[in-house]
Amino acid sequence: MVKWRRGATTAGLILLGTFVITAPFIMLAGANPFTAYGEFLVSPLTSRYSALEVLVSSIPLILTGVSVALAFRAGYWNIGAEGQLLMGAVAGAGVGMLVSDQSRILVLPVVILAGAAAGALWALVPALLRVKMGIDEVVTTLLLNPVALLIVTALLSGPWADPETGFPESERIAESAQFPILVPRSRLHLGFLVGLAIAGLVWFVLSRTVAGLRVRAVGSGPKAARFAGISVGRTLLTVALTSGAIAGIAGASEVSGIQYRLTGGLSAGFGYTGIVVATLGALAMPTVVLAALLMADLNVGAGSAGRVLGVPSQLGDVIQATVLLVTVGVLAYRRYHHKALKSEAEEAPGDGVVSEVEEVDSS
Amino acid sequence: MAAAGDSPATPVVELRSISKRFGDVLANEGVNLSLWGGEVHGVLGENGAGKTTLMRILYGLSIPDEGEIYVDGEPVHIASPKDAIGVGIGMVTQHFALVKPMTVTENIILGRTGGAILNPDRAKDLVEEAADRYGLHVEPDRRLSDLSVGEQQRVEILKALYRECRVLILDEPTAVLTPQEIKALFVTLDKLRDSGMAIVFISHKLPEVMDLTDRVTVLRHGKVVHTIETDEVDAAGLASWMVGRPAELSDPRTHSEPGATLLEVSGLSALGRLDLPALSDVNFEVAAGEILGVAGVSGNGQTELAEVLSGMRKPTAGSVMAEGTEIAGKSPKQVIAAGVGRIPEDRHEALVGDMSVANNLILEHLDEAGKGLVLDRDGIRANALDLIERFSIKAGPDDVVKTLSGGNIQKVLLARVLVREPRVIVVSQPTRGLDIGATAYVRSELLAMRRQGAAIVLMSEDLDELLEISDRLIVLYDGRIAGRVDAEEADRDQLGLLMAGHTEVA
Amino acid sequence: MIFLFDVLAATLRNATPLVFGVVGETYTERAGILNLGIEGTMYAGAFFGFAATAVTGSLELGILAAIVVGVASGAVMGLFSVTLGTSQHVAGIGLTLGLIGISEFINRLYFGSSEGLRRIESYQLLEPFGPDNIFSQYALTYIAFLVVAPLGWWVLRSTSFGLGIRAVGENPEAADAAGLSVSFYRYSALMIGSALAAVGGAFITLATLGTFTLGIIAGRGWVVIALVIFGRWRIWRGVFGALVFAGVFSLQLRLRILPGWDAVPFELLLALPYLVVIAALAISGRNVEYPGAYLKPYRRD
Repeated sequence: MVKWRRGATTAGLILLGTFVITAPFIMLAGANPFTAYGEFLVSPLTSRYSALEVLVSSIPLILTGVSVALAFRAGYWNIGAEGQLLMGAVAGAGVGMLVSDQSRILVLPVVILAGAAAGALWALVPALLRVKMGIDEVVTTLLLNPVALLIVTALLSGPWADPETGFPESERIAESAQFPILVPRSRLHLGFLVGLAIAGLVWFVLSRTVAGLRVRAVGSGPKAARFAGISVGRTLLTVALTSGAIAGIAGASEVSGIQYRLTGGLSAGFGYTGIVVATLGALAMPTVVLAALLMADLNVGAGSAGRVLGVPSQLGDVIQATVLLVTVGVLAYRRYHHKALKSEAEEAPGDGVVSEVEEVDSS
Repeated sequence: MAAAGDSPATPVVELRSISKRFGDVLANEGVNLSLWGGEVHGVLGENGAGKTTLMRILYGLSIPDEGEIYVDGEPVHIASPKDAIGVGIGMVTQHFALVKPMTVTENIILGRTGGAILNPDRAKDLVEEAADRYGLHVEPDRRLSDLSVGEQQRVEILKALYRECRVLILDEPTAVLTPQEIKALFVTLDKLRDSGMAIVFISHKLPEVMDLTDRVTVLRHGKVVHTIETDEVDAAGLASWMVGRPAELSDPRTHSEPGATLLEVSGLSALGRLDLPALSDVNFEVAAGEILGVAGVSGNGQTELAEVLSGMRKPTAGSVMAEGTEIAGKSPKQVIAAGVGRIPEDRHEALVGDMSVANNLILEHLDEAGKGLVLDRDGIRANALDLIERFSIKAGPDDVVKTLSGGNIQKVLLARVLVREPRVIVVSQPTRGLDIGATAYVRSELLAMRRQGAAIVLMSEDLDELLEISDRLIVLYDGRIAGRVDAEEADRDQLGLLMAGHTEVA
Repeated sequence: MIFLFDVLAATLRNATPLVFGVVGETYTERAGILNLGIEGTMYAGAFFGFAATAVTGSLELGILAAIVVGVASGAVMGLFSVTLGTSQHVAGIGLTLGLIGISEFINRLYFGSSEGLRRIESYQLLEPFGPDNIFSQYALTYIAFLVVAPLGWWVLRSTSFGLGIRAVGENPEAADAAGLSVSFYRYSALMIGSALAAVGGAFITLATLGTFTLGIIAGRGWVVIALVIFGRWRIWRGVFGALVFAGVFSLQLRLRILPGWDAVPFELLLALPYLVVIAALAISGRNVEYPGAYLKPYRRD
């Protein structure tokens, strides 16, 4: 019960902090903060269509959130979900344009696998540099994001430009590569189930399998894990590639479920929002899914607040960033207080944020 | 050794009723202590008696819950090292507070540069002057990372002198030094005392305290047991105050005939930090039922030797045969599989602090942790309950390791390793930082494994520990074996010379 | 020859924001903090510099606004990474997302949706040797290379302040024991570093472009971080890296307007600098010695 109350207090503090910090911006736009937050959070849930839209826009966030959370749990700081997602979208669109009227049951798994493979491939180089040479993955994963975007732009302005319109968009993918709609008269597509299934699978592997215990050990204590005979390098490599694959599926899902073609504006920074979602969900898969739903609710709400109240929809981004910062701030503050009361802090601070340089097991 | 002649009327520093609590542990309780100019004041006590905490409070690194500090009879508030330096207090901490990539001069002037633009000349003058006056020889332009431990300690003392301290606290300064370096340090400290400085000498080594100090304060469980003139007491008396009962010096070794050779190290060489050579052509054998102690001043290759034997470091040459299996250059997993039990010098590098006791206990044998791919959670729990009972660990299976005491953390590690009944055991600094009870427990477990016929390599910086439980000793200096001695015939002076690199002359 | 001078002049111009950023981020990282907020800080510097100038008509007030925004964002990063001791990666990403969001929000609110329409009277080129040679540059470029970089190098190397910054980044325990305030030096490094980064961002709106467009920083902050590591935390090596990066960037800009080069997918050339930095990290990375306390929060006790 004490734990539950602590959790509730923490959540309350986060909400209050976010509200207090963002309210002045809302007032700057000439709106009442309470009304605006009602619009952001509640109004999307009041109609059938917009509630389903929340689920639609949660799909990429669930996937990138799970991708980032999995990597962070292993102590692998994958900041590159954005680029991995884009490459997954490229691969998904490529398959979608290649096939014609084959059966969906055959094509859709290929689309998803192609997205996963492309995302994993995009994650490969930073992962190898980290594992084999001890080069910090934050910078390398990050720098590949603009490269991925440039590749998308190059494809759309050259070989994949729509031959009819000449717009920087690819041509439409085949019908058989399009995700089926789950609920009539909505945009809710198969990607939602894929996202939930992947979140569930990752949760099960992490908490209930030997491989998951290995990942958790590497994440919480890389040196101790290595000492105990766990191959840290191989574990990190597996996690990094899996994380990239999940982000890649997010990209393929946006192509096959929403856009039906490759476009330059396919990702609204979903890879970065994935970091917000993962942190907000405390890196645990069930809460990561909830956090993704909350951020999706906010996205849909920010859009309608723009139309109804004249508050620019970019406020949604401001609120997301604020929630992230307030969350890490409140958690750090409470942890510090808790620890200071409890005992002399014997262990080194930092929560394992320091990337360990492992030697490679060549065996 | 007598105290300096005319004592001034007030002590330089006076601690009154200092109390400090960490969670449930009272580290200091109502401690009173006076320090006079021109005296060396020993602060004596077992590990965990509260010596370091008390001095960290005086230096502003810890804030006391209760009590006052007086300097020259005036109450002062010391909330940070800056405040302490301001009233003339300097401290040489156990882990040196030095910036390794910087030069000696830069380290000395850090925080007291006397102007916006760096002017190293004054510090250089001081270094030269101090070299003459106090025997503190060190080259001002060298980088700290190139200095020996003894030289680094001299830089720490120079830092305090540069800040014109009148009180110098030394926390276990001899722990990292050779006997010869210790002698040089004592000469320096004598001269500093004669110049009127008050020196606090923290130690748990009785002979040093008897040799050097004018007065001594004994702490036990955070409280002052006695403060007394050193020449009014003998070592046995101090020892009994320290441990709270008449000290007994026992020899727990029972003679046993060594059996077959289980561990054979030959021609072993390895690189250490920054890829510098750390081990060169090391050869030794350990037989069943034998403990081989590895002595040496820290940084002479012990860490690398332990790492190579544990599979944590690849050697550049040589072979390590454990029960006939080559383990040199093999992965930790293969070394474990070869039946080698490993207890490293840093417990936190072997256990995952954020994980449960149960998970840590199974971590070296994850292939047995599942039914198929899925974790066997009942089995892991049952294993933990069993080991917790057998090794009397004060914790539950779900407790997170980092919340346990140092002694219990070490027991978790021992349990994980010893339950496998390894035939070869590699153990480093097994009792560092443990209290008396836990220390005795760990040593008795090692001796029990020896009785059962294990071959044990014991790396320790505690010479007493090595002499107490090993059968034979090797001394490492600069990555080579400087000497081999039988533990029962070992003589400390001879060991000291070997540790300082005087090979096989004695 | 004209082509070559043209590329060289453009190189110095394109390197300018990176030099500001590199010097600033070197300070931050030498103090032990990886500031991923720098992308957002450059963005906010570009926007608020532009906004202040658009409102007041004064370029100097634009620079001042960028400095104020930079100092403030450095202070926020300090709150998280120094005072609260949170993970620097997450705090930095959050700061970047927040600063970009705030800039675009206010841009939308006050400068309308038709981006790029509002122009300002931007800085003029200084032409000490007449037009069209490599000395024909903005004043801020001269300041970056002749003041900020050498002064930044000298302060870090030869002053008490610089010694303090290096000490808290290598071994905060030792700095604390020597009587230095770890927080003071880390906050100072963050605020100075972020102010420089923000001015680097403002250079783009106030000098080269004369307007603000969405996505204007386009990953330059990330490039700065790579350059600082590439330069192994030495200012001159970082500046050299900035010149190489800007050189490749400028060269491809010039090449793609030449006949025969139009078939080359120039986006891939644009990607080249990022890949060059990753490759350089891969080549020089094996022996990189990070500052001793890199990424580690410090707390006494």
